[in-house]
Amino acid sequence: MSVAVRVIPCLDVDRGRVVKGVNFTNLVDAGDPVELARAYDAEGADELTFLDVTASSSDRETTFDVVRRTAEQVFIPLTVGGGVRSTDDVNRLLRAGADKVGVNTAAIARPELLGECSQRFGAQCIVLSVDARRVPAGGRPTPSGFEVTTHGGRTGTGIDAVEWAARGQELGVGEILLNSMDADGTRTGFDLDLITRVRAVVDVPLIASGGAGATEHFPPAVAAGADAVLAASVFHFGQLRIGEVKDELRAAGVEIR
Amino acid sequence: MSRIVVLDYGSGNLRSAERALQRVGADVEVTSDHRAAMEADGLVVPGVGAYAACMEGLNAVRGGRIIGRRLAGGRPVLGICVGMQILFDRGIEHGQLTEGCGEWPGTVERLQADVVPHMGWNTVRAPEGTRLFAGLDADIRFYFVHSYGVQKWELEPSDRIRPPLVTWAEHGGEFVAAVENGPLSATQFHPEKSGDAGATLLRNWLDTL
Repeated sequence: MSVAVRVIPCLDVDRGRVVKGVNFTNLVDAGDPVELARAYDAEGADELTFLDVTASSSDRETTFDVVRRTAEQVFIPLTVGGGVRSTDDVNRLLRAGADKVGVNTAAIARPELLGECSQRFGAQCIVLSVDARRVPAGGRPTPSGFEVTTHGGRTGTGIDAVEWAARGQELGVGEILLNSMDADGTRTGFDLDLITRVRAVVDVPLIASGGAGATEHFPPAVAAGADAVLAASVFHFGQLRIGEVKDELRAAGVEIR
Repeated sequence: MSRIVVLDYGSGNLRSAERALQRVGADVEVTSDHRAAMEADGLVVPGVGAYAACMEGLNAVRGGRIIGRRLAGGRPVLGICVGMQILFDRGIEHGQLTEGCGEWPGTVERLQADVVPHMGWNTVRAPEGTRLFAGLDADIRFYFVHSYGVQKWELEPSDRIRPPLVTWAEHGGEFVAAVENGPLSATQFHPEKSGDAGATLLRNWLDTL
């Protein structure tokens, strides 16, 4: 027996409400992140991720409140990312009840932030979130052919995505959340090439994200080296259930909880 | 109702531990107050992050003394994650040796595995006679997140003391996942984050108080 591959639903939270369609039955309030978190917990989710998409920093108090209320009612690990800019932001989220905090854009501007966070709070609670895409035609080539993006995948940075993941590990992060912006929303499967390349250079846990559309998409992501698989809309729309994904993984010989 | 103190010494995850204990019926206070910590029916010592930082925080509230005095009086203590690790003699992180509370001999060292931290849900091998894992299936999983562990149990067997019950788990190699030793119990995993399995374990612990 070994550690189980984790299946992680991700909720986009805007000003304390879940955005993107949610099609859960039997919920009193399908827009309440806390209630959805409870529903996913009951379905067998191994961990939860909140992506805070609140634009204005003045509205971010609502996020802390959501994290606080979720941590009070859901007894599985909770990761929160989105808009994290400083060690103080990380501290507030951890104190509100997050177990791990995802850092993305702010680390691109100032990579030392990753080291500062992992030194202060421990590597185990700092996740580097990498939004990667294939360098588009006409873009500046990178060694791996993948680059880090910002602004939801719209803006290329010219930074090699594979090297960036390795750098994150060097700087002390405890996990990599690898999101393929090319696959994201396509529901045609994970970007296996990207997962394989990043797996080859990091030995911290790797979460694969982007592209899940059917249960059979999950085992290949694990075979490519993912320690955990994350999806958003396919779970929210009820197109896939957590249990179905786990059944598929189990049938493929993958250990699950 | 059992009165539990979660020792507040600046380490994270206090809220989760507090809520998980309340969920199984405990009356919980999060504090570093010496007297409250001494008088509680059970003391929980949480801990996340670096060994050295945890020991520093623990020393600042004289936590080692609280733990030692409680144990001298046979009063239960439960260490969680780094809160378990600091009960051993020492931790070595990045080549830096930090002295622990020394309740058990042994060294906390980096796990040797392909992927570290060991993060996620894993099974454990509990010994016969365990009370913490009573009523839990052998293939039940708990949530772990750690890069270091005790990979060798060093307490010499003796006819004069009842041997502690040691539960093992595996990631790369074997490491200590839990210890039950009279009033002193500890888990390397996070029962407060381990869903219903963790709730059962915490309830089992409360039942021993």
